[in-house]
Amino acid sequence: MKVGVVRFPGSNCDQDCVVALSQFPGMSAEILWHKEDTVAGFDAIILPGGFSYGDYLRCGVSARFSPVMGAVKDFAAAGGPVLGVCNGFQILCESGLLPGALVRNRDLRFICEHTHLRVERTDTPFTRAASSGQILRIPIAHGEGCYFADNDTLRDLREHGQVLLRYSDERGYLSQETNPNGSRDNIAGICNRERNVFGLMPHPERACDPLLGSTDGRVIFQSLLS
Amino acid sequence: MTPEVTPEIVAKHGLSPEEYARIESILGRAPNFTELGVFSVMWSEHCSYKNSRPELRKFPTEGTRVLVKAGEENAGVIDIGDGWAVAFKIESHNHPSAVEPFQGAATGVGGIIRDIFTMGARPVFSMNSLRFGDIRGEEGAANRRLFAGVVAGIAHYGNCIGIPTIGGEVYFDDSYAGNPLVNAFCLGILRHEQIARGAATGVGNPVFYVGAETGRDGLAGAAFASRDLTEESKEDRPAVQVGDPFREKLLLEACLELLASGCVAGIQDMGAAGLTCSTCETASRGGTGVEIDTEKVPKRETGMTPYEILLSESQERMLVIVKKGQEGQVKEIFEKWDLPYSEVGVVNDDGLMRVKEGGRVVVEIPARALADEAPVYVREAAPKPPPHPSDSKKLLADIPEPDAAGIHSALETLLKFPSIASKRWVWRQYDHMVRLGAAVLPGSDAAVFIVREANKILAATTDCNALYCRQDPREGARIAVAEAARNLACSGAVPLAVTDNLNFGNPYRPENFLQLREAVEGLAEACRQLGVPVTGGNVSLYNESPSGAIDPTPTVGMVGLIEDAAHITTQAFQNPGDVIFLLGSPGSEIGASHYLLAVHERKAGAPPALDFSREMAVHEALRTLIRKGMVRSAHDCSEGGLAVALAESCLAGPAPLGATISLLPDTTERTDVMLFNESQSRVIISVPEDHADKVSELLSECGIPWTRLGTVTDQPSLNIRLRKDAEYSWNTEHLQHLWNNTIEEIMEG
Repeated sequence: MKVGVVRFPGSNCDQDCVVALSQFPGMSAEILWHKEDTVAGFDAIILPGGFSYGDYLRCGVSARFSPVMGAVKDFAAAGGPVLGVCNGFQILCESGLLPGALVRNRDLRFICEHTHLRVERTDTPFTRAASSGQILRIPIAHGEGCYFADNDTLRDLREHGQVLLRYSDERGYLSQETNPNGSRDNIAGICNRERNVFGLMPHPERACDPLLGSTDGRVIFQSLLS
Repeated sequence: MTPEVTPEIVAKHGLSPEEYARIESILGRAPNFTELGVFSVMWSEHCSYKNSRPELRKFPTEGTRVLVKAGEENAGVIDIGDGWAVAFKIESHNHPSAVEPFQGAATGVGGIIRDIFTMGARPVFSMNSLRFGDIRGEEGAANRRLFAGVVAGIAHYGNCIGIPTIGGEVYFDDSYAGNPLVNAFCLGILRHEQIARGAATGVGNPVFYVGAETGRDGLAGAAFASRDLTEESKEDRPAVQVGDPFREKLLLEACLELLASGCVAGIQDMGAAGLTCSTCETASRGGTGVEIDTEKVPKRETGMTPYEILLSESQERMLVIVKKGQEGQVKEIFEKWDLPYSEVGVVNDDGLMRVKEGGRVVVEIPARALADEAPVYVREAAPKPPPHPSDSKKLLADIPEPDAAGIHSALETLLKFPSIASKRWVWRQYDHMVRLGAAVLPGSDAAVFIVREANKILAATTDCNALYCRQDPREGARIAVAEAARNLACSGAVPLAVTDNLNFGNPYRPENFLQLREAVEGLAEACRQLGVPVTGGNVSLYNESPSGAIDPTPTVGMVGLIEDAAHITTQAFQNPGDVIFLLGSPGSEIGASHYLLAVHERKAGAPPALDFSREMAVHEALRTLIRKGMVRSAHDCSEGGLAVALAESCLAGPAPLGATISLLPDTTERTDVMLFNESQSRVIISVPEDHADKVSELLSECGIPWTRLGTVTDQPSLNIRLRKDAEYSWNTEHLQHLWNNTIEEIMEG
């Protein structure tokens, strides 16, 4: 499987994704420059974390206009798997590939720490290697990761089983204390209705090496591969 | 119209009549207004080290691993084996942060990162050493504002550019009220053959400007940094620059791509003194001249004079000397990264820094004289004051020995003393995990970072106990080096080299200059004994606020190498049943301790005495045990002594553990002295129970004093028994709450 990791100006987790993916036999990853207007030859696309275009205007809003995003949209429309991590999730929302928006964290500060996530659905290309209700320990690092959507959208997400990950405690219990950024419904990651576009604020690529304290992120990439 | 050069104008530029005379003799004529500005920034303390250079020569700078020595380039470079090297440096941004904390700190981070990639190295992590006035209570409001702003500024810049901030230190003391210290450290990784030079070589080579457009921000910031802070300093706000980490990220990627292309003859960032410094320094290093035209410099404001363009400290700019004929490839890279650039000049052979505005020459100064022949002063040092008393009995003469309740509350007071309390509120705001390197979370004795491209593990720490330095600058500086090395040893590392940030008051005051000299000599001596070179750093003088000079703060940044991932060790107890040992003696020195400071509100007594051979023996013993795989945790005893170190080891894990400790010494020492003394060269380790006897044996062979203290328990309780009649117990869940949340509660209210 050949994965394209898009490098926008200001991306800073692109190389980390390449390093993490290269541990999986059968997977290769390449940097895809944002000025490219095709994603031909890739089996999956990752929009990595970082501060695309500095995120000065609004997170992810400028990146949606990069040439590569037209090709990514076509790729997604054709059913190709697209994974957006952190800033990548923000870009997916800004591009209209996922509903809702990421706004400033509840306490208005950047937060970098490990979180526990409960896997809500395993019927997607991104979570199929996990078990339902499994608890993953994966870090977050963001200032604007509070997921917001209106009530109708939230209901829609729930009805169609699009919420894939929720912030929980280590036993899977959900509360405001286990919700680091004030996201509605403790949402950490959602997919589109077709289940081939997935955005999440936590960084699975940072949880693939036992030396970094957790290997729970592997299950996301393993799912993609299987 | 440029103003005429009058004695008043000369004085306003911070130049003395003697310095002015020297300028006239270098030029063979009177300088014009623009030239005067150029000399004033280049001969400021920040750029020329004119008041500290004779002292800095005392540092050991040689070593088998040294590839680029202190002072040669923007940062020193040290060999780490297998063809890989590290470039690292620490630099202050104290005054800008005092005036505008967010941007001051942010641009401090940006500046040190540029220093590193200018060397051809990819920056892989940052750290910092921060000091503020007391943040507690109503009177702490201004200090809280500075603290919050500085932390947010560091987070803003570091997080956006994607270089993890993995460690550092934060202290709070009233001597820093109004004059906070913001010392930023960055380390980069490179292959030996990738070392880039800041020299303008090759006559006829074109000189390119790349990066952000020049504006009026940060006008003459280097000169601003070389003055006392006063009430009027707020009016100097234009001397603080505005940072753009996104632009710097592009500049960083473009420069590394550029250096890899082989098109570059020389490269230099525009930091302090901006375009002025980068042109005259590259010419001086290259033994050449550089001619530039200010009309070709990209500008973000209209009507800028050559004086303003040359003295601007706008951020995120580089000067690149390109090999003639390869301009096309260079332009292609700049365009790929959407960076403004311009060919602004050329290298020539006349040894002059010549600046034109269109056809008109506005500056013509011998580059070497400007860059390297700044006046050097040996300031007058005050006579050494008599030493402070070191006898604990005398220091405690008017303080009754505390009862059990007193001891109990003393440890709580220490753990919630802001300088000792956990800095989680700070490092939670820094992205410390990007680049997949942080093998140890911030807050342990040293930061540990995996450099994946080089397959190396580095440890790094910044240290200085300024209270020790206040009471005895020489001993305090020696201890700063020893403690840094001890923190590295506790992480499983062997020290490689040192960068230092000398933060002191106005050197024209003899008592301040004495502190500087004593501290430098102490640092130099300790580095020699440890066998590590100083590879560069920064001097920040004039750290004074209306209430006086700061406590002398010679911050030590030390980098070490961990040979094997299995050696990575942290301060947190890991496993109930493990046996706890103290390496080193129980100690009895209470002078300059945080017990006296936090509990009894006094800065009193001499700092503990440091025996360097003991210190090194403890490190060696610790590393021996770590290499044998016998150590589960290691933590040095520093502020707050043995009791605080034991508590921190209990609290540092996600859920608190407990410990049962029995000291039972055959002394008549006071209980507060036994628990809170800060005698040096001491480390607490925990080892698996079945290794305990072997550990005792090995420690005895190492010839250091040691004590088997007790065991780690799964009960949330720290129990310490000193004598039959002196037993204490603390609930570690409660202690963890105090330690973890104090700063957050102060800051979030």
